[in-house]
Amino acid sequence: MAIAKETLLHAYRTMRTIREFEERVNAEIMNGQIPGFTHLYTGQEANAVGVCAHLDKSDTIISTHRGHGHCIAKGAEVSGMMKELFGSSEGLCKGKGGSMHVADIDKGILGANGIVAGGPPISVGSALAAKIRKNGKVAVSFSGDGSVNQGTCFEAMNMAVVLQAPAVFVIENNYYSEHTSINYAVGCDDLKARTEAFGFPVFVADGADFFAVHEAAGKAIAHARAGNGPAGVFAEQGRYHGHFVGDPQAYRAAGELEDLRENHCPLKNFRARMAETGELSDAELDAIDAEVMAEIEQSVTDAKAAARPTAEQVTEDVYIQYTATA
Amino acid sequence: MPEKTMRDAINEALHQAMEQDESVFVIGEDVAGCSGSAGDVGAVGGVFGVTGGIYHRWPDRCIDTPISESAIVGAAAGAALVGMRPVAEIMFADFIGVCMDQIVNQMAKFRYMFGGKSRCPAVIRFSSGGGFSAAGQHSQAMYQVMTSFPGLKVVVPSNAYDAKGLMLSAIQDDDPVLFFEPKILYQETSDVPDEMYTIPFGEANFVREGDDVTVVAFGQMVPKAAAVIDALAEEGISCDLIDPRTTSPLDENAILESVQATGRLVIVDEAPPRCGLTADIAGLAADKAFSSLKAPIKQVSAPHSPTPFSPELEAAYLPDADKISAAVKATLA
Repeated sequence: MAIAKETLLHAYRTMRTIREFEERVNAEIMNGQIPGFTHLYTGQEANAVGVCAHLDKSDTIISTHRGHGHCIAKGAEVSGMMKELFGSSEGLCKGKGGSMHVADIDKGILGANGIVAGGPPISVGSALAAKIRKNGKVAVSFSGDGSVNQGTCFEAMNMAVVLQAPAVFVIENNYYSEHTSINYAVGCDDLKARTEAFGFPVFVADGADFFAVHEAAGKAIAHARAGNGPAGVFAEQGRYHGHFVGDPQAYRAAGELEDLRENHCPLKNFRARMAETGELSDAELDAIDAEVMAEIEQSVTDAKAAARPTAEQVTEDVYIQYTATA
Repeated sequence: MPEKTMRDAINEALHQAMEQDESVFVIGEDVAGCSGSAGDVGAVGGVFGVTGGIYHRWPDRCIDTPISESAIVGAAAGAALVGMRPVAEIMFADFIGVCMDQIVNQMAKFRYMFGGKSRCPAVIRFSSGGGFSAAGQHSQAMYQVMTSFPGLKVVVPSNAYDAKGLMLSAIQDDDPVLFFEPKILYQETSDVPDEMYTIPFGEANFVREGDDVTVVAFGQMVPKAAAVIDALAEEGISCDLIDPRTTSPLDENAILESVQATGRLVIVDEAPPRCGLTADIAGLAADKAFSSLKAPIKQVSAPHSPTPFSPELEAAYLPDADKISAAVKATLA
C-alpha cells in the first residue's frame, strides 16, 4: 500500500521530534533541570507514529508512564510539553502533571498515565461513548508488556469484546517490565494467542519498522472503526534507555543496547527505506532533522524562561466547582 | 405530594435525567439484567431495583457489564472525559476495594493532573452500609474513606426526597461524584415531587432544630438520630439535627454555627471510628469552635472492627438509639 508523500514527511518529522525531545530531556535531567520521575520512549518511535497516522483529532489515545512519544504523535505541542516537564505554570498541564500525566483532551489525548494498565479501562469508556454516539471514532490505548499482566488490562479487553466497542489495544513489547524480563513475567509462550483468546484479532509488527506498524495498526483500526469490535496491535521493539532516567540497566545482556541502537532503529530503517524507494530524498530528510533540532532547542530555551507556578495555584483545578460554604 | 421509596425516588431521577439528556447512560452489573440469557433482558434493573425499567426505554443506554469493577469505573471515567454523563453502578460500596485505582488515581485526579483542561462528569452509585446481616464484605459505609480524596464529590442521602434531588444534581455536576445509597433505607418513604428538582451540594439539611445540643448524623444514622431526638424532646432536651447530605463538599458553616449556638456536639456515623467522619467533624469543631464548647465532643460510631454477620452481633456493632441518646445526655451531664 503506497503511503502519500505528505504522510511520509509527517511520519519522519514526528519520529525525529520524539527522538530529539527524549534525548534532550535525558540531558536536561542529567543537568538537574527537570525534576521527578521520567521514562523515555527513545527507540520505540515507530509504534506511536505508525498508529497515530491512522487517527483523526477526535479519535482518542490514552498512554502510559512512557508517554511523551504517544502525545507528540497525537499532536501535543512540543513547547507546552517541555514547559510541563520543567514544571512551569505555562506547561501543557500548568505544571500539575509533569512527565507522567501529559494530556491534551482537545486533541484526543486522554493522558499519559502513571499506573501500569490504568489506561485501558478508560479507553474502553471512550470507545463506548463512540459506540453510543455512532460517530465512527476509535479509542486507542497504548500499554506495555508489563500491562498485560494487570487485571485491569484483562477486564478492559473482555469488556471491549462484550460491548463490541471500537477499542484498539496497542501492546508495546519492549521486553522488560521495569527491570524484569518478559520471559519471566509473562507465564505463557504465546502472548498473541493469549490476547486473541479474549476474542479479537491481534496484528503483529516489528516496532523498529514504521511501515510494519503502520500496516498492522491500519488493519486493527479499520476493524474497530468498521464496527467489528476491538482489535489489537503487538509491536516489538526495545527501549534505548532504562525503565527510568538513571536506571543502571543491570538486566541487559552484554552488547544488547549497542545492538538495539545500531540494528533496530526506526529512524535509520525509515531513511534506508526512502533511499531504496526514492520517495523522499536525503536532502528533504536532512532539512527535517535540522528543523526539529532547532524546534527542540527553542522549546528548552522557552521552558527555562517560562513562568514558575505560585503557591496559590496549588489548590486550583481540583474541581470545576466546589460549593463548600466554609 | 406523592410518597415514594428512596429506591423509586432515585429510579425516577435516573429516568428523568435520561429523558432530558441523551448523553446520560447507566452501566454496571445487572443494571438491565439477563443480558445474553434466554430470560427477559431488563427484568432485573439492578440487584436493588434502582435501575428498573431503564433498559426497556433506552436499551442502548442501559449497559450490562461483566463483573469487572475496574472496567466499569474506567468505562464511566473514559466516557465522561469525552463528554458523556455516565451513571455507573458498583453493586456494593465494599467493592471499591477492587476498583480503587480507577476512582482515586484516575477519575479523581484527571482535572488536576491535566491542568484544569478536562472534565469528568461521571456519577458512580453504590449501595452502602450495614443492617442486612451481610457481613464483612457487603456492609461497609465507605463514603468516609472516599471523602478524603480531593477531586471527588461524595453524596450520602438519608431520605427519598433528598436522594432524588441530590441524584439530579450529581448527574448535572461536571465533576466526578460518588453517590452512596444507604441500602437499609431503600424501602423508606417520604414525600417526593414528580417533577425534576435539584438539591445543591455543600448545603446541610436541618432535620430538627433545637437549642441544647448539636447532633450531626450521616446516611442511615439520620432517621435513627431523629427518632432519638424526638424522644429526648419529651424529656425537655432540644437538639439541632444536621444532615450534611454531602461529605465533600461539607457544609462546615452549618455545623459551626449550630455548635456556636448550642455549645454541645454529638456526631453519629455507622462507620468505624478511626480517620472517619465523626473524628473529622470533631476536629473541625475543636479547631474552629473550641471556645463555644461547654462539654467534651461525643462521637458515636461502630467500633474498630469489621461488620459482623450474626444479627445480634450486628445490632451491637451499629450505633443504636441507646448509644445516641447516651451520648447526647453525656454532653449535658
